[in-house]
Amino acid sequence: MPEAGPELTLRGTVASRGLALGPIALLTPAGAARRQAGAPPAEAQALRDALAQAAEALALVIESSDEMAGEILSFQLALIEDDDLLAPVFASIAAGTAADQAWRTKLDSEIADYAAGEDDYFRARAADLTDLRDRVLAALAGEDAATTAAAEGAILAAEDLTPSRFLETDWRRFGGAALKLGSAASHVAMLARARGVPLLIGLGEAFDRLQSGVPAVLDAEEGLLLLRPASASRQSFDRRQEQATARQRQEATFLPRPAITAHGEAVQALINVDDPALLDRLDPAHCDGIGLARSEFLFRADRPLPDEAAQFQVYRRLLAWAAGRPVTIRTLDAGGDKPIPGLTPDGESNPFLGLRGLRLSLSRPEVFAVQLRALARAAPLGNLKVMVPMVTRPQEMTAARALFEAAVADCRAAGMAAALPPLGMMVEVPAAALTAADFPADFYSIGSNDLVQYVTASGRDNDSVASLYDPRNPAVLELIARTVAAGQTRGVEVSLCGDMASDPALVPLLLERGLRALSVAPGRLASVKAAVAAWSPHG
Amino acid sequence: MPNAAASTDPLGGAPIAGKVLVTNPTGLHARPAVKLTKLAKSFAADLKVRPESQADWVNAKSPNAVMKMKLRGGDTLCLEATGDDAAAAVAALIAFTERNFDE
Repeated sequence: MPEAGPELTLRGTVASRGLALGPIALLTPAGAARRQAGAPPAEAQALRDALAQAAEALALVIESSDEMAGEILSFQLALIEDDDLLAPVFASIAAGTAADQAWRTKLDSEIADYAAGEDDYFRARAADLTDLRDRVLAALAGEDAATTAAAEGAILAAEDLTPSRFLETDWRRFGGAALKLGSAASHVAMLARARGVPLLIGLGEAFDRLQSGVPAVLDAEEGLLLLRPASASRQSFDRRQEQATARQRQEATFLPRPAITAHGEAVQALINVDDPALLDRLDPAHCDGIGLARSEFLFRADRPLPDEAAQFQVYRRLLAWAAGRPVTIRTLDAGGDKPIPGLTPDGESNPFLGLRGLRLSLSRPEVFAVQLRALARAAPLGNLKVMVPMVTRPQEMTAARALFEAAVADCRAAGMAAALPPLGMMVEVPAAALTAADFPADFYSIGSNDLVQYVTASGRDNDSVASLYDPRNPAVLELIARTVAAGQTRGVEVSLCGDMASDPALVPLLLERGLRALSVAPGRLASVKAAVAAWSPHG
Repeated sequence: MPNAAASTDPLGGAPIAGKVLVTNPTGLHARPAVKLTKLAKSFAADLKVRPESQADWVNAKSPNAVMKMKLRGGDTLCLEATGDDAAAAVAALIAFTERNFDE
């Protein structure tokens, strides 16, 4: 048994907070376990079987995925049927190479080709091929994937996780996950936070010491993974887990209730939506609506939005789910750390200060118009609100409104029902936060992630200045207070939709500054409501 | 058909060629590449494609090869087909590209 040995502490970075205790379930880089190779005809058959098994699994996942995930996987499925790709593999097998080795060699060389590409979109396909490579290798090795064999409550350990692998994993069976690589800003980290899956990333070389079955404590609060925890560590974990469970149980009682402060003032508790598939598991009655739907993540974050009809379908779905509650959709926020090949400019020396958000949309009115038409058509179907990101000058709001009005007129001229919804702005550029009252916006939504980065001049993606990237910086809090005051002066609503709103420790600071609408990650709704309930203006 | 052309071959046997301007701003990304190869596979003809700016032809029935052409918006796609239904295949792929890959 791998139980023997002293306690070992591995350090990583918290990508999604939480605690778990369970055996490690190692997702080996598939095929690492050597299989016994047979004669060439048997090897060829083994590969055909593995490909068929992979195709079947992919088809199943595609069926149950949202559009974004489905599209990634459809490309993988097409590759399984690519004779040009497979012919050299089968030729190599006929010449005596083992099936797994032949497949891996060919795929590795293709992956290297994609990874060497100069544009981001092309490079990102390397991950799709890696996913496919490992899927087929796992089938060849006869692994029915560690995810089905692992003990209940196990800690999934992997070099890295692709979005498709994350989406097809049944997270009710796992306590959390620990990764050798990974980035806190990655799409997988975001999916984990939205679902409340504890995730520790960046374990580095020490990851190689992990073995399946070894008991471990995943401490995705302090950023630690304890292998073979000693009894003192276990007791400490049990205490913290008990406290966390008691807190969760207590917080859960707040979930179905409206958010009300200790002195009886109502606060709107809205949710952030990045993946429409998540809505199926959420009760709309538990929130006051959707405060932020990131349109770039509703589809594929790394490519342009789909056509008007496909966008319209998704917007309609959000409105139907909310059943009359407000749904605030943010127009495409590409650029910065979210490049879209062919749309965002290549080679900007400082993309966070470049052509991103509304700036990009106004520079490509023909692309923007497609989204505005889809939104205009969705507006009559529910309580739709639309906001634009990265607004810097009042004239940009005027320009956006003019384009929106033109889109409404276009749709009506074509005989389609359309309406102009309330048009608000994200307040995330300090210039806008200082003078918010000068902007012709129907509402303000504070984008605290970018606001903190611009006010503290500390990149969100730069670990070496992470301590300066501080939402408690008095200048940040002052700008939030000013935006709230501007909203009161103009009689328009102000909300906050950044990560600050999802942190119960920061909620009192926001309420003190007069905010009464918070849009949070769905997994944090109960704790935020509990934090609201504990707060009153004078402590 | 302002941005496309197909040369017919009255004698038969010689390749049928065509070209078409790709108007989709992203070019031939994953979803259209999958659709294009599926359409190509519905014909018996040997069907090759390349961006006008590149010399090497690739098999239009291979999603991996088509993806790796990295065809961008504004590029011209060249096609060449041989076989019984070559003319129909070239015409179908040109029409599909002109329809913005049915996106």
